Amino acid sequence: MKTTRTDAAGGREPDVAVRVRGLRKQYGHRVAVDGIDLDIAHGETFALLGPNGAGKSTTVEILEGYRSRTAGEVSVLGVDPARGGLDWKARLGIVLQSSGETGQYTVREQLRQFAGYYPNPRDVDEVIAAVGLEAQAGTRLQKLSGGQRRRVDVALGIVGRPELLFLDEPTTGFDPTARREFWGLVRGLKAEGTTIVLTTHYLDEAAQLGDRAGVIIGGRLVDVAPIDVLGGEAARVPIVRWRDARGLVRETRTDAPARLVASLVAELGGEPRELEVIRPSLEDIYLDLVGDADAADADGAAGPATETAPEEALA
Amino acid sequence: MTTVTTRPIGIARVGGSRVAYETRGYFRSLDTVFFTFLFPLIMLGIFTTAFSASGDVGPVGSQISVGAFYLPGMLAAGLLLSGLQNLAVDIATEKGDGTLKRLGGTPLSPVSYFLGKIGQVFVTGALQAGLMLVAAATVFGIALPTDPAQWFTFAWVFVLGLTASALLGIALSSVPRSGRSATAVVIPIVLVLQFISGVYLSFNQLPEWMQNVASLFPLKWMAQGMRAAFLPEEFAALEQHGAWDLGWVAVALGIWLVVGLVLSRLTFRWIRRDA
Repeated sequence: MKTTRTDAAGGREPDVAVRVRGLRKQYGHRVAVDGIDLDIAHGETFALLGPNGAGKSTTVEILEGYRSRTAGEVSVLGVDPARGGLDWKARLGIVLQSSGETGQYTVREQLRQFAGYYPNPRDVDEVIAAVGLEAQAGTRLQKLSGGQRRRVDVALGIVGRPELLFLDEPTTGFDPTARREFWGLVRGLKAEGTTIVLTTHYLDEAAQLGDRAGVIIGGRLVDVAPIDVLGGEAARVPIVRWRDARGLVRETRTDAPARLVASLVAELGGEPRELEVIRPSLEDIYLDLVGDADAADADGAAGPATETAPEEALA
Repeated sequence: MTTVTTRPIGIARVGGSRVAYETRGYFRSLDTVFFTFLFPLIMLGIFTTAFSASGDVGPVGSQISVGAFYLPGMLAAGLLLSGLQNLAVDIATEKGDGTLKRLGGTPLSPVSYFLGKIGQVFVTGALQAGLMLVAAATVFGIALPTDPAQWFTFAWVFVLGLTASALLGIALSSVPRSGRSATAVVIPIVLVLQFISGVYLSFNQLPEWMQNVASLFPLKWMAQGMRAAFLPEEFAALEQHGAWDLGWVAVALGIWLVVGLVLSRLTFRWIRRDA
């Protein structure tokens, strides 16, 4: 569902929730973000993937208004984050990576306090129920487990009924059940039309929640695509693996794995040993992308964070 | 879009809710309750009891008990602890543990945030002073002033001193490099000031150069103002210039208030500036 809005000046507000063009961030001579272009539609859930130190957090913090940028254009909900005022912040929800707050307040007190900052907050008890902390509502934050505190972080991020929600590694420290419950919560927010920018190290989480994903490596967006086509056709070619007559493990990538297996059977006159047909998981595809980028950097004379690096981003 | 929190009335309403929230947090932290809230009262108790045998002090003819002599200094120390020590450690800790970063991502106005902090300072500072005065009158048998003019002096020294102290605390909170080092930076400053400004040691017995150094800092003036409010008129002769000099107390505290305001305005950030 696309919406077109008209601002007071009569001009059209961009049809996207987030629009980034040529974004760069430099710390001295170190380039953390090296020319990123990105659009995120209203209502979309976008997963941002990438190894630690690749520029993921820097990019997200620029979008959230926490960091300045060196160059490029950024528009978040039609506003430049570097000039985003309180009215703009009221439309965002930000769940940062874990924080170590002292926690003298109970879950309900903390949520009620934060709800008061927003013009149109959600009901505090509903939010507590949504993150599954009803039993801990009267407990002080410092007495909660790590996973429970993380749920409070998420609750604080959504209590203001944000149009755009940033989730930075939201389920770190969750047990598998809690993660699945959290995914359900995010799907509910998505169903209400919330735009979500998710950074995560869990590829299954990106696959479960994301409409599209972008992979940042060395400060560049090396691929942006719907989750099911990320990495392109070639990255999804199945792998056939078996042990040959001499006991060596053989591996072949082919679009016709059944034909290959049939020919192997014919050739060997029987079952190939330890036969596997593997369709690359999102994790495999991601690791390929990271590996390719590392290899490309190793080939080039320049390091990954140098602006003169000769390789072009695949995107 | 209606955004109540960014209008003046919304800023004041949220500021009010933060006063209650901050005060609750203050009393739930054992550290602040002991080292900030109760500390001057405990010191007053120790001094009163320890020196009770040494008899009354002061100019012949208008002698008072040791407890009565120490009461103004402890009230002044309360202003420094409840304002400067409290906020400098509190805000530096909030900066270090991510509280401020989280708040910076919400539509909370910094004005509301500081209304909450200064409101908390005034609520806790007033309770602290009230508790000391009640304890002085009931437990330690110290006679409190009966002249309304003396109470008026107490009132303006309290308000001016506590405001300056709170603003200087906000400014000082940007000095520690981490939340952990906050107390290590702040406590020595507070402690030294208390020794040279006439809180623990009788100011008139300090060497003149030390009195002059102390005059550069606000605590000396808070203590002098409190002495003017609580000690008999004859004690004015013991002051550095033989008088209470309340005009200079007001000027010095006013200057420190402005310095604190300007420095806090210049140094406060929700998060540390990146390169």
